[in-house]
Amino acid sequence: MSVTESDRLKEQEEREDAGAPRDSTADEAELHRVLSETWGTKPGFWGWITTVDHKLIGRRYIATTFFFLFLAGLAAMVMRAQLAQPEGQVVGPDLYNQLFTMHGTTMMFLFAVSVMEAVAVFIIPLVMGTRNIAFPRLNAFSYWVFLFGGVMVWGAFFLNIGPDVGWFAYVPLSGPEFSPGKRADFWAQMITFTEVAALAVAVELIVTILKQRAPGMTLDRIPLFAWAMLVTAFMVMFAMPSVMVGSSMLIMDRLVGTHFFNPAEGGDVLLWQHLFWFFGHPEVYIIFVPASGMISVMLPAFTRRPVFGHLALVLSVISIGILSFGLWVHHMFVTALPQLGESFFTASSMLIAIPNGIQIFCWVATIVSGKPRYATPMLFIIGFIITFVIGGLTGVMVASVPLDTQVHDSYFVVAHFHYVLIGGAVFPLLGAVYYWFPKFTGRMMSERLGRWNFWLAFLGFNAAFFPMHLLGLWGMPRRIYTYQPELNWGDMNLFVSLAAVVVFASFALFLWNVLYSLRHGEPAGDNPWDADTLEWATSSPPPAYNFAHIPVVTAREPLWAERRALPVAVGLRTDMRELVITSVTEARPELRESSPDPSIWPLISAIALTGLFIGSIFTPWAVVYGSIPLTIALTAWFWPKGDKEDEA
Amino acid sequence: MRPMRPVQDLSGLPSYGFGTKSPVWWGTLAFVAIEDGGFIVAIASYLYIAFVNRVWPLRAPPPDLGPCTAVLVLLLISLWPNWWLDRAAREENLRKVRIGMVVMTLLATAPLIVRIWEFPALNVLWDTNAYGSINWLLLGLHTIHLLTDWGDTLVLAVLMFTRHGHGKRFSDVSDNCFYWYFVIASWVVLYLFIYFVPRL
Repeated sequence: MSVTESDRLKEQEEREDAGAPRDSTADEAELHRVLSETWGTKPGFWGWITTVDHKLIGRRYIATTFFFLFLAGLAAMVMRAQLAQPEGQVVGPDLYNQLFTMHGTTMMFLFAVSVMEAVAVFIIPLVMGTRNIAFPRLNAFSYWVFLFGGVMVWGAFFLNIGPDVGWFAYVPLSGPEFSPGKRADFWAQMITFTEVAALAVAVELIVTILKQRAPGMTLDRIPLFAWAMLVTAFMVMFAMPSVMVGSSMLIMDRLVGTHFFNPAEGGDVLLWQHLFWFFGHPEVYIIFVPASGMISVMLPAFTRRPVFGHLALVLSVISIGILSFGLWVHHMFVTALPQLGESFFTASSMLIAIPNGIQIFCWVATIVSGKPRYATPMLFIIGFIITFVIGGLTGVMVASVPLDTQVHDSYFVVAHFHYVLIGGAVFPLLGAVYYWFPKFTGRMMSERLGRWNFWLAFLGFNAAFFPMHLLGLWGMPRRIYTYQPELNWGDMNLFVSLAAVVVFASFALFLWNVLYSLRHGEPAGDNPWDADTLEWATSSPPPAYNFAHIPVVTAREPLWAERRALPVAVGLRTDMRELVITSVTEARPELRESSPDPSIWPLISAIALTGLFIGSIFTPWAVVYGSIPLTIALTAWFWPKGDKEDEA
Repeated sequence: MRPMRPVQDLSGLPSYGFGTKSPVWWGTLAFVAIEDGGFIVAIASYLYIAFVNRVWPLRAPPPDLGPCTAVLVLLLISLWPNWWLDRAAREENLRKVRIGMVVMTLLATAPLIVRIWEFPALNVLWDTNAYGSINWLLLGLHTIHLLTDWGDTLVLAVLMFTRHGHGKRFSDVSDNCFYWYFVIASWVVLYLFIYFVPRL
């Protein structure tokens, strides 16, 4: 193509654009038909594997993470069966090691972080009032990479080559000397898979929140769930490179004979702990911060008032994000660190309780000054506040070096982190599923089953995990596959195991409620909770294009401020996928930009990447050979195919 | 569905933009931040290993300065054509962009060739000791960046010679220039660490 041809092409496109159909011209029924055709996913298998609709990908992401949750839960149940009595014979030590490793690894990498991002993939573009997530093909790629990573590590487990070195895989245990074979490599490579997936979603969320907000949604009008996800995405961006570099070093030590963690050749084992926990502690907040955003965005609907202390909550979330990077050494208090370092990290660990406390006070103030309605999501919020405060208090306890030295690696710590993770993240998440289920599916979940679900989960959880504090104080270490009768831990362990059955039953009931409500739930309507954020301005479930017209935001609670008629912006093309790009701070419209259409190449790229990652467990040359199909797939992905979206 | 009242018309907006207006620019910035995170962690590991060993470098002569300095010079030379290409892309001048893309593809190839001599010039192998391991890691990380950006630049250069070379592809060229600045800047930092810390 010559240069003059290029100018001619540009002029032609400008003419085409000027005459193109827009969402301001058609009547509503016609608009729905045209937009559905433009934005819809083709039916059938091909449509399923090529879709770039954030809602379809978000839904399958959520379902996959819950599937992994149930696998990890089953692993926990086998462990509790083994520990229910002294010298139990359910499983042997080797399988037990694999079980607790798979349980922790799955919960952290394949469930907790991923489910929060998955909910955000579905919800955030709707909350922002846009028609798709930023970089939708990257989003599809992220899902496939995540799925293949999870399948790989569970496949390894079912082949009896599952990782057995704990979810943080400390060296030298996980190094070449003490973990021959490929078990630790599957763990390390699972890290690479899940981090690639999580980083991709983080980038999409950041760009969606910064650049695709509805016109008028200035920074101070961004809903708190979006703030929470923005902070989380930045935390993912800065925390995950650390574990990726660390796990790559581990694989290289095991495969090509490097010496990063080998003290005999100048390496150091504690380097691993620093690299891991520099990721691992922010990770805890990467799980908690989205949950806190969910609570802040659910509370107004169930208290009938705007959340108390919006600015304080935003600042708290940002401070938690920053402070969470200064705490990692408190996981290493028993590694003979300099005392000054210990004091610093004790202080910083206690400091983060302040913004967390501010959040709790704001939520309590919202409930107390509002008109609370105790629907299932609200029950989970209250359950969260009680459980998280207990977990927070034991957190302040273990931030203190002398106490931590006593209870380190004991069941006290197991109790503590389950209180903050299940209480702090899973309870709000379950509440959020009840809250957004109508938006996901168009149907309400059963309230009656929901109440049973909550009480079984809340009582069962406390019955299962509170006694673990005592077991820890009595000296029971974590990660032991059995114990002797004369230690007198048997009765308490039996009680814990029976309570764990109740917790499991609560999750089974949750699953049943989901499946039952999918078919038989009450039709929801657009906004069953009379909530205030934009996802409730469209139908349930939303159409492929999310909004027939892009909403214009005039207040922090846009749906409460504009009850009579929603102000909207018009003028986007309807014959191609187009969305509005706005400025970062004031959300002024800047561009009408095209959004990529479905493509098979994200899936093919993910398959090529999977080949490279799994191959490199066995030979370093896989990186070289594997990069060839990967490069071809990525080039094909980016190469324009002549669609309107490509050529705009 | 609640009734709607149109209050804004978006039809007059452009369909692509440059720099902070473009979502791809933000995406590139985010990936730069992630990769910077990787570099920072790798450099922190370098300092940690150097600190625990006290003696540095470990049982190896300091690396040679020839090839690495040649890479540095080549990268610094590419600063001006990269800036020129970015400006041409923003002007949407296809002829200049084509020239710039060819020049930048060649300038991205040159340091990759020199790097073949740079690995042996480290004077230590990855499996000799932790000093060798961390140096190969740092150099390897940067080489991956050179390689990927070389691939990006090549594909984009070819694309600008096809019928697709118009409109928002100019914005893609500009974002590619932005990423190349990062590749240069990261090498300036790594150059100082790999080659001068062992000489302290």
